[in-house]
Amino acid sequence: MIQVYRFPFSVFRPGPSAPDARVILLAALAILAGCSTQPVPDRIRISYWEKWTGFEGEAIEAVVQAFNQKPERGSDRIEIELTTVSQIDRKLLVAIAGGDPPDVAGIYTFILYSYAVKGALTDLTARLEEAGIRREQFIPAYWEMCSHQGRMWALPTTPATVALHWNQRLFREAGLDPNRPPRTLRELDEFAERLTRWERGNEIRTGPRPDGDGWSLAQVGFLPQEPGWWAWAFGYWFGGSIWDGQSRITVDSPKNIEAYEWVRSYTQKYGKDTIEKFASGFGNFSSPQNPFLSGRVAMEIQGVWMHNFIEKYAPGMEWAAAPFPGQAETGHPITNAEADVVVIPRGARHPREAFEFIRYLISQEGMELLCSGHRKFSPLAEVSPGFASMNPPANPFLGMFRDLSYSPGAFSIPKVGMWNEYRRELGVAFDEIRSLKRPVRETLGELQVSMQKSLDQEMRREVPRSQLVP
Amino acid sequence: MTRHSLTLGLAFISPWLVGFLAFLVYPLIASLYYSFCDYSVLEPPVFIGVDNYTDLVQDKIFWVSLGNTLLFACFSLGLGLVLSLTLAVLLNLRIPGQAIHRTIFFLPSLIPVVALSVLWIWIFNADSDRGLLNLVLEAVINGCRRFLGLAPTFSGPNWLGSETWAMPALVLMSLWGVGHPVVIYLAGLQDIPQSLYEAAELDGASAWQRLRHVTLPMLSPVIYFNLIMGIIGAFQVFTAPFMMTRGGPGRSTLFYAMALYNRAFEDLRMGYACAMAWILFLIILALTLLATRISRRWVQYDR
Repeated sequence: MIQVYRFPFSVFRPGPSAPDARVILLAALAILAGCSTQPVPDRIRISYWEKWTGFEGEAIEAVVQAFNQKPERGSDRIEIELTTVSQIDRKLLVAIAGGDPPDVAGIYTFILYSYAVKGALTDLTARLEEAGIRREQFIPAYWEMCSHQGRMWALPTTPATVALHWNQRLFREAGLDPNRPPRTLRELDEFAERLTRWERGNEIRTGPRPDGDGWSLAQVGFLPQEPGWWAWAFGYWFGGSIWDGQSRITVDSPKNIEAYEWVRSYTQKYGKDTIEKFASGFGNFSSPQNPFLSGRVAMEIQGVWMHNFIEKYAPGMEWAAAPFPGQAETGHPITNAEADVVVIPRGARHPREAFEFIRYLISQEGMELLCSGHRKFSPLAEVSPGFASMNPPANPFLGMFRDLSYSPGAFSIPKVGMWNEYRRELGVAFDEIRSLKRPVRETLGELQVSMQKSLDQEMRREVPRSQLVP
Repeated sequence: MTRHSLTLGLAFISPWLVGFLAFLVYPLIASLYYSFCDYSVLEPPVFIGVDNYTDLVQDKIFWVSLGNTLLFACFSLGLGLVLSLTLAVLLNLRIPGQAIHRTIFFLPSLIPVVALSVLWIWIFNADSDRGLLNLVLEAVINGCRRFLGLAPTFSGPNWLGSETWAMPALVLMSLWGVGHPVVIYLAGLQDIPQSLYEAAELDGASAWQRLRHVTLPMLSPVIYFNLIMGIIGAFQVFTAPFMMTRGGPGRSTLFYAMALYNRAFEDLRMGYACAMAWILFLIILALTLLATRISRRWVQYDR
């Protein structure tokens, strides 16, 4: 099977290694030539594609370095070669189809299920069992999102949940308690109205749209389209869902209709053109002109990562985060829990060694090294006592974000292969609804039909294949 | 001997020949085959007959994107043709600094579309504090309004953020690329024998008559060429909307090539995307043939 290589100069593992004289000579030459970083031929080199850059990239580099410097694991000596790959979903597609994929790839869950059903990933179920890695070791939501049709296809790396972020200074200016977030959607609407400011020349008003022409928005309390990344998810905060977990699209359910009526109500309150004009002045997300960071939007849904951007682009900003209020009867806080995941693509040359690395990556040591670097919480159930005291200081609400991922109200993207299409079309529907172009019921009804058709097609295609899976 | 030179000749052109076969003929035939398959790239293709094509006919997004592309092509081509021809004629005038002027008008065509798109995002910013276009528009129009005794309340449109204005914005931006046709027109203009103009002048033709009866007919093959290239280019427009609007708001700037890309690389429906590509090919072919047929009436090749 796999040939076992030994590193000739192992200082860590004194053992019966009898290095070949030629290897010593070669290595000595390499050292003499000052090329000590050149790969030693006796190592198994595992290629690892990851999408992170900046401080997130540095964190994974540290993990890889820690692994590469580890004493030999088992009888192998594995060296990870980390490559930063942008647009990894496209490049991985070509690499897998071309039969030359990396051994490990860090991807997003939004391509996980379509890749899994298309047989583009290595099934990790048996390896996980063998290694004694179990569901209980993880926060359930993150383990769950890696399984599909009863098999495990990935493992979580850096997790995230989302919550309401609010600007405390603007709360104070509006006469609101800066430490008390809205607790119901009705309250959110009320707060939003008080936090909305209008301008006409030198006149300034707060509250609902003043009478007369020429008023423009200077600040809003809340805007469903900002940042707009959860345009597909509003129904969940109303107790709905967009998929039944099996084979039905449920986007036209009464709860979803209610949610998108609510989205629409914001345009009705402020006026389509007024909002468009106001929103067109928003800068890029990663810039000081980000509307939340610049104080143009007082409350918005954001993830655990937002803290990093606040530190960078609006240092000193007074802000806080709490669960986004929901309308579900259960009373559980509602959040979108997602994670970046690692997979072993189909056709990887060294799946065993790749898994060996993943095993280290998801160990407590690896995860805490990575997640503290990303300044996120760990997806593991257990954390070491010193983990929270990160340097630079972590998100002050890290505990809340972590607790949110345990909530029964935590939801993740539907496990359907046609998710990219579904999300895109929901985005278009969202645009149509919030620009008052079409009524909610009609828009969602039409979407229901077309997306159900697409899912049916997918299921028809995938049935023969899934029957092959034991 | 002839056999030997044939082999030798083939050997000499083999670098091109191999490239042509491997990177053009094979993909072309393969994509035609895949267009009749259910093909996700990750799995082997499964032949499904004409299902992709029948699905396409019922696909609302297909028709929307086709409509958007036609609309864009009409306006972008029409305006581009008039503008580039006018510029070429003006740049052909013997005035001081002619070479400099020509360079200036060609320069924008040298900027990569991606960089240009980022630049135009800022130009189109609706906020007149930041958006150059609205800054100018508001200054000019409100200036006029003041002059006429009206309140200066005009505010520029939200170019990229509104369904009404996003398409005109992209058409406007496409005019930035007129440098290429202008250069070709200039070459064509210089090919027109001076004697024709002299003869026309002797016959008492005015400047307009010379343009109408000498320049345009003599330039018609070049106009025809630019028209065909324009049709092909307009139907394949991708980068600018992809960078600037991602097809939105709604589907107002969803172009055919973008819809195709979404199907292929986001939805992993490569067979469907191949069918779309072949339909695009047929549309361009049909339009080119139509243009050729019509052009027989107005293109004059004889000198």
